[in-house]
Amino acid sequence: MTTTPEAPVISLEHAQKSFGAVHALEDGHIDLFGGQVHGLVGENGAGKSTLVKILAGVYRPDSGQLLIDGEEAIFDNAKQSQEAGIAIIFQEPTLFPDLSVAENIFVGVQPLKRFRRIDGRRMRREAATLFEQLGVGLDPDRLARGLSIADQQLVEIAKALTTNARVIVMDEPTAALAMNEVEQLFRIVETLRARGNAVLFISHRLDEIFAICQRVTVMRDGRHVWTKPIDELTVPSVIRAMVGRDMDALFPKVPTEPGRVVLKVDRLTREGDFTDVSFVVRSGEIVALAGLVGAGRTEVARAIFGIDRADAGSVEIEGKRLRPGSPSAAMAAGIGLVPEDRRQQGLVMDFSIERNIALASLDTVRRGGLVLRASERTFARDWALRLRLKYAKLTNPVWTLSGGNQQKTVLAKWLGRKPTLLIVDEPTRGIDVGTKAEVHRLLSDLAGQGVAILMISSELPEVLGMADRVVVLFEGRVMREFARADADEDAIMRAATGLVEEAA
Amino acid sequence: MTSVAQEQGVVETRSGSHALAEFLARFRELGIVLALVIVVGATTIDNHLFLSAANVQQILAGSAIIALLAIGETIVIITRNVDLSIGSVLGISAYATGVLYVHHPNVSLAVVFAVALAIGAVCGAVNGLIVTVGRVPSLVVTLGTLYIIRGIDGAWAGGNQVNASMLPDSFNRIGYATVLGIPYLGWIAIIAVAVATYAMRSFRTPRDFYAIGSDPDAARLAGIPVGSRVFLAFVLSGAIAGVTGALWLSLYASVDAIAGVGYEFQVIAAVVVGGVAIFGGSGTVLGAALGALLLYSINTALVVVNVSSFWSTALAGGLLLAAIAFDRLIALRVAPAMRTRRSARG
Repeated sequence: MTTTPEAPVISLEHAQKSFGAVHALEDGHIDLFGGQVHGLVGENGAGKSTLVKILAGVYRPDSGQLLIDGEEAIFDNAKQSQEAGIAIIFQEPTLFPDLSVAENIFVGVQPLKRFRRIDGRRMRREAATLFEQLGVGLDPDRLARGLSIADQQLVEIAKALTTNARVIVMDEPTAALAMNEVEQLFRIVETLRARGNAVLFISHRLDEIFAICQRVTVMRDGRHVWTKPIDELTVPSVIRAMVGRDMDALFPKVPTEPGRVVLKVDRLTREGDFTDVSFVVRSGEIVALAGLVGAGRTEVARAIFGIDRADAGSVEIEGKRLRPGSPSAAMAAGIGLVPEDRRQQGLVMDFSIERNIALASLDTVRRGGLVLRASERTFARDWALRLRLKYAKLTNPVWTLSGGNQQKTVLAKWLGRKPTLLIVDEPTRGIDVGTKAEVHRLLSDLAGQGVAILMISSELPEVLGMADRVVVLFEGRVMREFARADADEDAIMRAATGLVEEAA
Repeated sequence: MTSVAQEQGVVETRSGSHALAEFLARFRELGIVLALVIVVGATTIDNHLFLSAANVQQILAGSAIIALLAIGETIVIITRNVDLSIGSVLGISAYATGVLYVHHPNVSLAVVFAVALAIGAVCGAVNGLIVTVGRVPSLVVTLGTLYIIRGIDGAWAGGNQVNASMLPDSFNRIGYATVLGIPYLGWIAIIAVAVATYAMRSFRTPRDFYAIGSDPDAARLAGIPVGSRVFLAFVLSGAIAGVTGALWLSLYASVDAIAGVGYEFQVIAAVVVGGVAIFGGSGTVLGAALGALLLYSINTALVVVNVSSFWSTALAGGLLLAAIAFDRLIALRVAPAMRTRRSARG
C-alpha cells in the first residue's frame, strides 16, 4: 500500500460553524495527504456537509484554521477554493443543463484563441481526451440536460482535472449510483489516487469506505471523533464510533396494546425514489421509519399522503384502498401529515396562529361557505390549550412563535381533524429539549388514544425511545424491520448503511 | 475497459427521445423560417402586393426596430431576468435625440448616437444596480422603471412634438434610404444580429450569461461573478434600447411622449417565439430576431388581407402560447427520461 507522505496537502483544524443557535460544526478536523483516499463517515447531522462546504469556500468557519501546504488560507468564495486546488464533487452535481458537456467542464476557463475568442475545437478535443483518460465514452457536444447522475459526476471530475485540482472532495458520490456506475467511479478514484491527488471520500456505505480508503475519520454531533488508518479498523468499531453517545431518558413511550391495522402499505414503488415498500401500522402503535438521508423515507410518506403518485403498489386505510395521488382523499380517510419542513410545507407563515390551526378543519368552522371568525377562534383556542402552546395573541402571525411552538401549531392543525393515522416527519428537528419532550409525550398520548402514528426520524435515540416497531429503509427499499425489543443503535445503523444482517 | 464502453453505448441509445428534443430545440430557427415562408406565401397568393418592394422594405425596417430591441432583451432573459423598461428607454432616447437636433441642428451623427447610447446605458445601469445590489426581482424593478422613465419622458415632452422638418436630412435618410433594396435599418439589424450571434457563442462573458440563467447557484459555485454579469446584461439591454430609440426617430420622423409604448411586450413575444427560454439559460439572438420578423410580418399580412388589427394581436398571443407549449413539451419529454435513469440503482 502507499506510504504516508510527510506533510498534508490540506488540513483543517478546530473548525467551528454555527447558524444562529444551531451548532452545525463544533470541532471539525481533517487532514488530507496526496496519493491517499480519506474516508469521512458519520450520522446525519454529524457535520460532514458543513465541513465540505467550508473546504468549498461556501461557508466561512467562525473559528479554526485552514492550512494548505502548511500555510494558512482563508476562503471567502468558491473561486478561491478552486484556485487553491480544491475541487468538490457534490452528490447531486451542479451542472448547467443548457450548456454542452465540454462547456460545463471548461466554464470560466475555456481555452482561448486570438482576440480572446473561445477555441471551441480545442475545448471539445481536450474534453474528449479527459474522458479517454477516465476511460469513459461521453460525447463532449451533447447538452448536460438529461445526463444520468453518474455521467454528471464524471463531468465534474473531468472539470476537477482541468483545473489541476490536487484535492478532490466527493460528497456522497455513490448515493445515487447504480452498482456498475459505482465500480466505474471506484476505478476513477483509484486513477486519481495513483496520480497523486488527495481524495476525501464521504459515504454512508461502510463497505465502500473499506474498499477504497486508506484512512478514515469519524464525526459525530459536529465533532471529530478519531482518524485512523483503515487496517486498524473493523466495521463494528466504525459503527460504534458513529453512534456511540449516551441514551437519555427523554423518550417516554407508554406501552400500548396494538389494535386493528390502520395503515397497510403494500409493495409501494415510485421509480427513482423507493421500491417495493410494504409495512403496516396498527392503531395505538408508533412505527418509526428509519434510514439515512436520501433513503426515501420522506418520499414514502409523501406517496402515502398522495402528494406524489406512486407508480405501483397500494395504500389501504382501515381496509379501504386509498385513491392514489390525492391529498384530499388521504385527508378524508383520516390521515394527517406533519411535514419535515414546517416553515415551507406545514404552515402559512404570514397567517395568524388561529387561522393556521383551523386551516385543515375549515369544514367545522364554516357555515354556508363562510368561515366564522368566532368559531375559528374557539376552535384554535381549544387546541392551543390542549397542546400547551405558548403564544402572545392568537391573532399574531405564526412566524412570531418559536420553532417548538410552530411545530405544536402544525400538530394542532392535524389533531383538530381527529386523524386515525398521523404521519410525522422529523417531528423534533430544530426544537429545544423541553418542547421536544412535550412533543414526545403528545405523540405517546395520541398512540394511547388509539391513533396510529408513522414517525420518520433521523435521531436514533428518538427512534429507539418512541417506536414500537422500526422499519429501516436503505436506498428506497425496506432493509429490515425490528420489534422494539430487538432494536438497538448498532443493528439499525447496520441496516441503514446497507450491511445485511446474518439471517434475521 | 470494453465492458464500460458497452454500458456507455446502452446509456446513449436509451436517450433517443431526448436526442430528438435536443434536435428540435437546436433547430428552432428553421421552424420560424418555415412559418415565415408560409405566412408570406399565403398572403402573397391572396394579395400579390404583399411582396411589393415598398411593402417588403416597410416590413424590414419596422421589424428591424423590434429585432434590435430583441437582441438586448435576449441577453437579459438568458440570465433568467427580464427587462420591461425597454419601450420607455426607447421613448426617452428618441425624444432626447429630437430635442438635441432642435437645439443643435448641426450636431454630428456620432454625437447623436453617443448621446442615445449613453441615455440607454444609464437607464440599464439603474435597472442592473437595483436588481443585483438590491436583490429585487427584475420583473418588479423594470416594471417600476418602465413607469418612472415614461413619467420623466412625459414631464419633459409635455404636449410637444418633434417632427421631420426639425430633423436634418442626413438623419432622416437612415430611416428611408436603402442599399441593394434593403433599408439601412434592415442592414443595421442584420449586422447587429450577426455580431451578437458570433459574440454570444465565442466569448467567455456571454457564455457566463447562459450559465447564470441555466443555474444561478451552480454559477456561483463555479466562481462566475453573477452580480456583475447580470448588471452588464442590463446595461447592454439599456444601451441597445437607447441606440434603437434614435433609429426609431429616423424611421418614424416624429416623436412625442408616447413613443415606444408597449414595445416591451412585442419584443418579449418575439424573443419567446424565437425560442429563448423564458426562465433563462438557452436561446439565440438569431432566433429572437427571426421571431421579431415573423410577428411583424404576420401583423402586416393581416392588414393586407383585411383582417381587423384586433385579431392580429390575438394571433400574436396565440403564437406566444404555442411557443411556450412547445418548450414545455420538450421539458416533459426530457423529465421522465431523467427520473428513470436516476432509478437505475443496483
